[in-house]
Amino acid sequence: MKICRVVGEVVATVKHTYLHGYKLLIVQPVDHADRSNGRPILAVDCVDVGPGERILLSDEGGAAGLVLGAEGPVRAVIVGRVDGTDVLGSRSEKSS
Amino acid sequence: MFLARVTGTCTATIKTENLHGYRLLVVEPLTFDLSPDGEPFVAVDTVRAGPGDLVFYVTSREAAKALAEPFNPVDATIMGIVDEVRYQPWTGGGP
Repeated sequence: MKICRVVGEVVATVKHTYLHGYKLLIVQPVDHADRSNGRPILAVDCVDVGPGERILLSDEGGAAGLVLGAEGPVRAVIVGRVDGTDVLGSRSEKSS
Repeated sequence: MFLARVTGTCTATIKTENLHGYRLLVVEPLTFDLSPDGEPFVAVDTVRAGPGDLVFYVTSREAAKALAEPFNPVDATIMGIVDEVRYQPWTGGGP
C-alpha cells in the first residue's frame, strides 16, 4: 500500500454502474518526508476521507474487489486514514 | 484511474468476439490539471462518451472486468464522464 495525500475530487454523474454511490478522490503519493512522490491517481473512497488528509492507498485489482464487495474494474482504493508514521526515528503525527 | 479527453472514434469491423458491440474511442491522457500526459490510445467505452468529453479510464487487467464478459483482451476502459475536477497539487512536506 502507498501513503498518499488527498489533493482533489472528480465529480461524475455518468459512470460505470460498478462505481455508483462511491466518491472519487485524487490522491498524491508522498514520501517519508510528506513530499509529492509520483503521479497522482484517481481512487475510489471507501472510508470517507477529506481533502488534505493522509490516507492508505491500495493499488491492486484483487484488493479493490475485496473492499468493494465484488470483482470489478477498479484498481485504486482508499482503504484507511493514516494517524501517524514512525520511520527510523522520523515521527509524523496526523496533520493536514 | 486517470483522466483523458476523447479526441476521436475508432471502428474495427474485424475484432475478437468479446469486443463485438462495444464502441472504441481514441483518447488523449491528461494530468489532473488537464495538460497533455502522454500518447493517445484506444479505449473501450462503457458510458456512451463522445469526442470532446472529459472522461476517466482504468487500465490493465481491471479494464477487462468492466465488460459483461470479463475474459476479453481489453487493456483500457472508459469508466465515466467527468462533470467537474477539483485539484490542488500537493506542495507540503520538506526536508
